Amino acid sequence: MQALLDQMMKDGAFAGVPREVVYAIAMVLSAVVVLSVFVAPLAGVTSWLERRVWARMQSRVGPNRVGPQGILQWLADGIKNIMKEDIIPTAADQKLFPLAPYIVFMGFLCAFVVIPFGADLIVADLNIGILYLLAVTSLVVVGILMAGWSSNNKWSLLGGMRSAAQIVSYEIPAGLSVLTIVFLAGTLSMQGIIKAQGWGPWDWFMFHNPFTFCAFFLFFTAALAEGNRTPFDIPEAESELVAGYVTEYSGMRFLFFFFAEWGNLYVIGAVATTLFMGGWQVPPVTDNPVLLAILQFVTFFLKAYFWVFVAMWIRATLPRVRVDQLMSLCWKYMVPLSFICLLGTIGFMFISDQGQRIVGALTLGFAIATVINFFRRVGFQFRAAKPELYWRPHI
Amino acid sequence: MSETAPAQGFFTEEMTISVGPQHPSTHGVLRFVIKTDGEVISEAIPDVGYLHRSIEKIGEKVTYHGYVPYTDRADYLAAMFANQAFCMAAEKLAGTEVSRRGEFCRIIACELNRLASHLISVGTFGQDIGAMTPFVHALRERESINNLMEEICGARLTYNYIRIGGVGYDILPDTLTRIVEFLDHFGPIVEEFNRLLSGNKIFIQRLAGVAVVSKEDALSYNLVGPNLRGSGIKWDIRRDIPYSIYPELDFEVPVGTAQVGTLGDSYDRFWVRIREMQESVKILYQCLKMLPKGPAIAKVPKKFKPPVGECYARVEAPRGDMGFYVVSDGSEYPYRVRIRTGSFTAMSIIDKLSKGIMVADLIALIGSLDVDAPEIDR
Repeated sequence: MQALLDQMMKDGAFAGVPREVVYAIAMVLSAVVVLSVFVAPLAGVTSWLERRVWARMQSRVGPNRVGPQGILQWLADGIKNIMKEDIIPTAADQKLFPLAPYIVFMGFLCAFVVIPFGADLIVADLNIGILYLLAVTSLVVVGILMAGWSSNNKWSLLGGMRSAAQIVSYEIPAGLSVLTIVFLAGTLSMQGIIKAQGWGPWDWFMFHNPFTFCAFFLFFTAALAEGNRTPFDIPEAESELVAGYVTEYSGMRFLFFFFAEWGNLYVIGAVATTLFMGGWQVPPVTDNPVLLAILQFVTFFLKAYFWVFVAMWIRATLPRVRVDQLMSLCWKYMVPLSFICLLGTIGFMFISDQGQRIVGALTLGFAIATVINFFRRVGFQFRAAKPELYWRPHI
Repeated sequence: MSETAPAQGFFTEEMTISVGPQHPSTHGVLRFVIKTDGEVISEAIPDVGYLHRSIEKIGEKVTYHGYVPYTDRADYLAAMFANQAFCMAAEKLAGTEVSRRGEFCRIIACELNRLASHLISVGTFGQDIGAMTPFVHALRERESINNLMEEICGARLTYNYIRIGGVGYDILPDTLTRIVEFLDHFGPIVEEFNRLLSGNKIFIQRLAGVAVVSKEDALSYNLVGPNLRGSGIKWDIRRDIPYSIYPELDFEVPVGTAQVGTLGDSYDRFWVRIREMQESVKILYQCLKMLPKGPAIAKVPKKFKPPVGECYARVEAPRGDMGFYVVSDGSEYPYRVRIRTGSFTAMSIIDKLSKGIMVADLIALIGSLDVDAPEIDR
């Protein structure tokens, strides 16, 4: 990008304009392009996917009217919400209330800067990549607290307070699990972490040793909690707090919160993929750079969406925990466990390379056995499934 | 903003929140005024009357036959039971015999309705706790029951099926086979439901030991039905004050067994409902097997004039003891109708149980008591 601009300036385009201004304009433009072409559809399609997946799990049909299989539903919803009246309650804080959705939105959007979609497909490979990501995603809590406080509604306030307590607490196990991987990779850069892994599961950090395997689940659970997903969706628990911090919001501002939530879901999947599942690493099948980039992008996308799907699955299955249970889960179990994982991994790094290989292989074997056992246990459900009921729910 | 000077230093005050009448998990239009310290409730005052439709007063203005459709509205989730209770009261007053096939049709329809009502109850309970899928699965099964009801009596929600002297329409053989098909399908579905919801660790943790009703409290607050049985008291009108054909049927009365926590906690009340559904399936199989031939309704005069007197008839509805107290002055119209329902008394214990629990637990408590707004206010 920079090289392209330099070349153009050398050729005499933008004559008389200072170099820095050209860079700044180019950055803003590319941000707009990325936002409108990639991030918005991503969050939108995720929302559609969630509704469809959820509907199937609940023997319903889900949105299937707008576009093929309803894939454009998110556009219709967006248009509807933009055209709605923008209501700011008179009792609400007139400055903070309109501002809150944008802060939440910004928190999730900034995360896309460091997400590596391919070897060259990354906005900025910061050398503090993962630290930056943890920092900007914490911005969401500021927005949510702001929304809860400024709405001047008791349900919103309760939701905002719950959210603040929850997100701040779950940052710790998430951060510690991330640290486990940072130690192994020896770098904070997202690309560096991916390059420290390989394309096969045996080279992924997830199966590097039992502690990282454990750390992955700690990270995923904590990330779900940070993203306000069921079973940790207590800030907006609609059966308890009406709608939590979004109670007073409507129209596009309301949508921004959910935009951020679904976008965040993808960020969770992407970070889990980057840290634990080898990111965009693909087997060396082709030398064609374009083909390779596409292959990497698709690999990364599928891996990330697998975890998005798992999050949807969990949301459709589990009830919601109570707020005190949520806190005790974090402080009594997850924080100590993630410390154990961290220390265990550090100790593990003293073992010889060969020893590490063997333990890694055993971990992978254990993981495969777990998956097989899981399908064996739910297998009777498939055998007992009544096709007319489960696969064609709309009859 | 108050005009008094702000208090000096650090101070806290209780927050008064109005839960309902448009709150998502108040099952209709209930309202509670709760006082909380953060999330911990110190007081929850139920506020009833949002769904009052003067059903009792209407009873004095319409004939006995004409009142049956109104009783549907007393509890729209279990309309069949109100039908039956009122018809039983009217029959008792006039000394009318019910045709035997009519009795069987009544019990088949009632037990199907009990299944539907309990499905709604446990499904919405799951939703109150945050599990969305069990709710939709429960409603899917209830939809099949609604279809059966439509075949039986032409209505899906407010049936007006049970009439004085029997039932409005006979159940056709085709419908009987479809009921058997449904029951064969429904048995395993209850087990699937248990795997999905009842055995879920989070679900159990949310309910075990929450809002415990002791045996003494259950009796002194006049809880009835599954709420009473959840506290371990074996009292079921079907068994203890038998009516209709229940003495001939073989069924268990499930009671709370402290399955996961304390006896009488929210989980016990939920678990009693699940097992009652299984018992209803058993009752239905027996009824279908024993169903005699004959007319579905006895000969009852169009101008129904019971002699002067009063009587009280009670049935075991899904929300407990439902009773109709009818006074006759010998005319075509009842002199007075009084309805006694289970949800109304269940509301009174909420204030006692809600002290010191969290907001989320209050929702679990309301769901576990299965209070139903139309039944509270009539």
